[in-house]
Amino acid sequence: MAEGKSFFVDTAKCTACRGCQVACKQWKNLPAEKTINRGTNENPADLSFNTYKVVRMREEIVDGKLKWLFFPEQCRHCVEPPCAGMADNPAAIFKDEATGAVIFTAKTKGLKAKEIIESCPYNIPRKGKDGTLAKCDMCFDRVQNGLLPACVKTCPTGAMNFGERKEMLALANKRLGELKKVYPGAMLLNADDVRVIYLVAYKPELYCKYAVASNSGFGITRQMALARMFRPIRNIPLRLV
Amino acid sequence: MTNSYTDIGVSDCILIMGSNAAENHPIAMKWVLRAQEKGGTIIHVDPRFTRTSAKADIYVSMRPGTDIPFLGGMIKYLIEKDLIFKDYVLNYTNASFIVSEKFDFKDGLFSGYNPEKRAYDKATWVFERDEKGIPKRDDTLQNPGCVYQLMKKHYARYDLDTVSSITGTPKADLIKVYETFATTGKPDRVGTMLYAMGWTQHTVGTQNIRAASMIQLLLGNVGMAGGGVNALRGESNVQGITDMFLYHILPGYLPHPNAALENLEKYNATTPKTSDPMSVNWWGNRPKYIASLLKSFFGENATKENDFGYGWLPKFDVGQNASWLNMFDEMFNGKLSGFICLGMNPACSSPNSEKTRKALARLDWMVDIDLFENETSSFWKGPGMNPKKIKTEVFLLPAASSVEKEGSITDSARTAQWRYKACDPLGESKADGQIIHELYMKVKELYAKGGGAFPDPILKLKWDYAKDGKVDPHGVTKEINGYFLEDIAEHPVDKKAYKKGTLVPNFVFLLADGRTSCGNWLYSGGYNETGNMMARRDKTPIPTANIFPKWGYSWPLNRRIIYNRASVDPNGNPWDPKRAVIKWDGSKWVGDVPDNAVPPMALPNGKYPFIMKPDGVASLFGPGLADGPFPEHYEPLECPIVKNPLSSQRINPATPLFSGELDKFATCDPRFPFVGTTYRVTEHWQTGLMTRYQPWLVEAEPQMFCELSLDLAKLKGIKNGDRVTVSSPRGKIWAIAMVTNRIKPFNVADQIVHLVGLPWHYGWLVPKDGGDSSNILTPTIGDANTGIPEFKAFMVNVSKEERPKVEKKPDPKAKAKPEAKPEPKPAPKAETKK
Repeated sequence: MAEGKSFFVDTAKCTACRGCQVACKQWKNLPAEKTINRGTNENPADLSFNTYKVVRMREEIVDGKLKWLFFPEQCRHCVEPPCAGMADNPAAIFKDEATGAVIFTAKTKGLKAKEIIESCPYNIPRKGKDGTLAKCDMCFDRVQNGLLPACVKTCPTGAMNFGERKEMLALANKRLGELKKVYPGAMLLNADDVRVIYLVAYKPELYCKYAVASNSGFGITRQMALARMFRPIRNIPLRLV
Repeated sequence: MTNSYTDIGVSDCILIMGSNAAENHPIAMKWVLRAQEKGGTIIHVDPRFTRTSAKADIYVSMRPGTDIPFLGGMIKYLIEKDLIFKDYVLNYTNASFIVSEKFDFKDGLFSGYNPEKRAYDKATWVFERDEKGIPKRDDTLQNPGCVYQLMKKHYARYDLDTVSSITGTPKADLIKVYETFATTGKPDRVGTMLYAMGWTQHTVGTQNIRAASMIQLLLGNVGMAGGGVNALRGESNVQGITDMFLYHILPGYLPHPNAALENLEKYNATTPKTSDPMSVNWWGNRPKYIASLLKSFFGENATKENDFGYGWLPKFDVGQNASWLNMFDEMFNGKLSGFICLGMNPACSSPNSEKTRKALARLDWMVDIDLFENETSSFWKGPGMNPKKIKTEVFLLPAASSVEKEGSITDSARTAQWRYKACDPLGESKADGQIIHELYMKVKELYAKGGGAFPDPILKLKWDYAKDGKVDPHGVTKEINGYFLEDIAEHPVDKKAYKKGTLVPNFVFLLADGRTSCGNWLYSGGYNETGNMMARRDKTPIPTANIFPKWGYSWPLNRRIIYNRASVDPNGNPWDPKRAVIKWDGSKWVGDVPDNAVPPMALPNGKYPFIMKPDGVASLFGPGLADGPFPEHYEPLECPIVKNPLSSQRINPATPLFSGELDKFATCDPRFPFVGTTYRVTEHWQTGLMTRYQPWLVEAEPQMFCELSLDLAKLKGIKNGDRVTVSSPRGKIWAIAMVTNRIKPFNVADQIVHLVGLPWHYGWLVPKDGGDSSNILTPTIGDANTGIPEFKAFMVNVSKEERPKVEKKPDPKAKAKPEAKPEPKPAPKAETKK
C-alpha cells in the first residue's frame, strides 16, 4: 500500500463556507478572478491557472427531497499520477516520494498542455497564458515544514483533514461506517488510487462532474502507455522551480 | 448564550431557528456537527433552505415573521400531550403562581392597553401575593388563575390548523419538529436552541426569544449541559459592547437613569426587591455596583456627599426612547448637529437607507472612525447626493484593525479572551481606545479653558488610562475589574483584610459606600490579583461536561452555564448524571461555578436557582416586557395578509410607529406583493466594509443578488442570472436573480405567498459593479422592547430590469466552463405543491 500523506474530505461536514478556497489563494498569493454572479453562489465558475480549488455547490433532488451538496474540488494527487506519466519529464511534473504530492513546475511550459489536461481523470490542470500548467501542490512548502495545507488548516468543521495516509484511510473508513447508518449509499471515492479521499452520502456525480475518475475520454491513453513503458528511473528533484 | 459553544457538542437535539449558523457562525456549526456525529438531531426551521438546512436532519420552512405561531404551537403541543418536565416546571418556574384576577387577554390585547400611547399600563400583570408579599401558588396547577392554566388557555388558540395557515408550514412538518424536540423533556435528553437575527429583527423580536425560553423551561432544558437558549451574536465582541453599555443601560446592565431619578437614593429605590427568604435576588446588590461604577468614573471627585457624582451622569427625559431608529429620526428632523460614528456603516446597515443617508446630510459635522472609506463617511458623494448642497463636515479617522491592538474580546458565550497585538497600526491609524483618549483630552482642555454649559461631567472624570500619552489596555481592564480604594480591616463578605490599591477579587466584594471602584461589575474577577484571567489558555474540561473553565474568563464569576443550579433536582443531584454541570456533594457544589454558592432549595438554607429573578424562579409569565407577559403573534408591519388570523390586532400594538415623510409603508398592496427578507452570507461581513475591499471574497460573492423560487421566476418571467429590480415603498435596487429550489412559496391563509431573499452586504462605493444595500428597501420600524429594526419581513416587488442588459464580457480564462450558469432543475411536483 502506498505510504506518504493523504487528505480526507468529509463532505458530510462541509458547509461550503469556502474558507478553503480563499485560504488556498491567500497562501499561494493567487490573484482573484473577475467574476459575476451567474445565478449561483458557486464562484469562480471553474478551476483556472489562478484557482486551484473551487467549492462546488449543487442543488439536487434526491428521493423527492432537496439536497444542497458541497464538494471542495481540487487535485487528487493520484497514487500513480497519469499527468506525470503523460509528461514523462520529472523536471516538469513529478511525484514527491515522501509525501506523494504531485508537483507541477515552471517547466510544464514545455509540455503539451492539452495532453496533460486530458490525461487527468479529474480534469484538474489548467494552462496559463504562457502555456505553464498549474494546480494544487498539496501546499508542499507548508507540509515540508510540518504545517497542514492551508485549506485544511482553515476548515472550521473538520471536513478537510490531512495526515499520514494510513491514518486518513482509517478515519475515512470510520466515518464511512458512521455515515452509512444514515445514508446507505455513502461511499469513499477512488480511495485506493488518490491521496484526496472524498466521502459522499449520495451518488458522486451529483456533487461534481469529475467527482470520480472518468472512464471515458480520460484514463490511460496510448501515448501514456508508451511513455510509461519507456520511462527510465530518474532521481526526482525535490526542489521547486 | 446561556451555555457555551463547546457545550453545543453534547446536545441530543439542536433546534436552529432564526439562524443560519453554517453560513454566519461557522465555528458554532462545528459544534453542531460534532453533536450530530454523536447521534444528535439537527432541526433547522427557516424561510430559506440554506447551507445550515443542507446539514440538518430535519428542515422545515416557515414564512418570515411567524416564529411565535410556530413556537406557540409547540407550547400547546407540549402541554396538551403532557410532555413537559413536570418536576422542573413546578419547582423552578412560576407555573404555579396565581396571577391577579384583573389580568386579562382579549382579541390580541392584554389588560391595560392605551391605544393613544400605544403602550400598556402593566398594573394588572402581577401575581396575587400573601401577607408577606410572597406570590400565592397552586402546586396542583389546577387553579384557573395560575400561570400554567393561563398559558394553556393562551396557546390553546395556536392549534395546528391555525399555525399552519399562518406560518405556511405543512402540518406534518410542524408535528415532526414538535415531536422531535419534545423528546428532550426527559431528564436524560437535552435539547438546545440556537438563534440569531432571524429571531430578533422583528417587531416581536424579544417575544420570539421569550417563546423559545418558555419551551426550554417547559422541557427542563435551561441550566443543563447541551441545553439552553443560545444567541449566536453577529459581530465579534458585540457581546462585549452589550455588556459595557447600550443606549438604555450603564455598564453591567444597570438601568440608565432618567430625569425623575434625580438623586442616587431615588435611583437605588428602583432596586429589585424580594420578600421571599428563599430568593437570592442578586439584583438586590445593584446599589454596590452603581456606587463602585461612579467611583470608577469620577475617582476622588466622587464622594458620599455628592452622591458619588451621580448628578454628573446624563439622564434621559422621562419616557424618552433613545434607540437607534429614534436617533436617526431625530437626525433626519434636524435635531442633532453632530454624530460620532465608530466602527459601523449606518448608510448601509440602518433600515430605510434613503432616510438614513438624508439624515446624515442634515448634520453640521460627523466624525467617522473606521478602517476604510465607507458609504457613511462618503455619503455626500453617494447616489442622488449633490455634494455642493451638503453642509455636513465629515472627518474620517483611520482606526487600527483587531490585529493591531491589544485587549479583550468577549464571545457569544460571555467568555472574554485576551488578544495580543501582532503589529503596529499602519500609517496614522490608531486603536479605538487611543482615539477616544486623545479626543477626551482635547475636549477636556477646551472645557477647562472656555468653561461651557455643564463642564463638571468632563472635568471631574477620573482619566488615568494613558502612560506617556499611550492608552494601556491592561490599566483599563483592571479599572473594569475594580479596586479597593481604602484599606479594609475586615471585609463584610469574608472578614479578611484588603489593602488600598489592590484589585478586588470579584464583584462579591464590591461595596456601596465608596470604598471600592468597578468599571463593570460583570467583568469583576476577570483581572484581579491572581492575574489576567482572560489570557488563560488551559484546555482542561470539567470531568462531566464539555466546558473549559481555565480558558479565558466567562462572566459572571467564570460561570460557563448560567442558571446551572436548575440542572440539579431540589436536593442538588444532577437531573442528567452523564452530563452533570454541577452537583451538591453534601457540603458544597462541585463542577462549574454554581449559580450562587447557596445550598440547593430542598436543603436547610437552600435557595431557588434563578437568582436574577426577584421571585427566584424562571418566568413562564413574564410581566417585564412592553408588549405582554405571554408572547402573542402579530404580523410584521408590512405583511401579505389583511387580517391576523389570531386577533384583530394586525401588528404589535406596543411598537412605536414612525410617520415622517420618508417613513412609507405598504401592506397588502398589489404593488409590493412579495415578502422580502434580508440576511448575510459567509463570504461577506455585515455591510461588507471589511470584505468588499477583499478581492478573494468579492471573487466568491461578487454582486448583489436576490433569491426567488422557480414559481415566482416563472410568474415574473425572470430567468436565473437575470438582472432584476427589487422595489419597496422606500426605494429600489438592482440584483442578480438566483432562481432556486431552495426558496419555496408559502401557502398562507389559502393564498400563495412568495419570498424574495436579499443579502445586505453590498454598497455603492466598492466594488463598482456590486450593487447597493438592500436596506434601501427595509422599513423604519423596530421591536417593541429593544427597537431592533424589522429587517427580516417586509414587502417588495421584483421584476426583470427594464434597461438593456449590461454587457457581460466573456472571461478568457474560463474557457473550460463545463458547469457555468447552472439552471436549477425543476422540482418534482410533490415538492412545489404544498
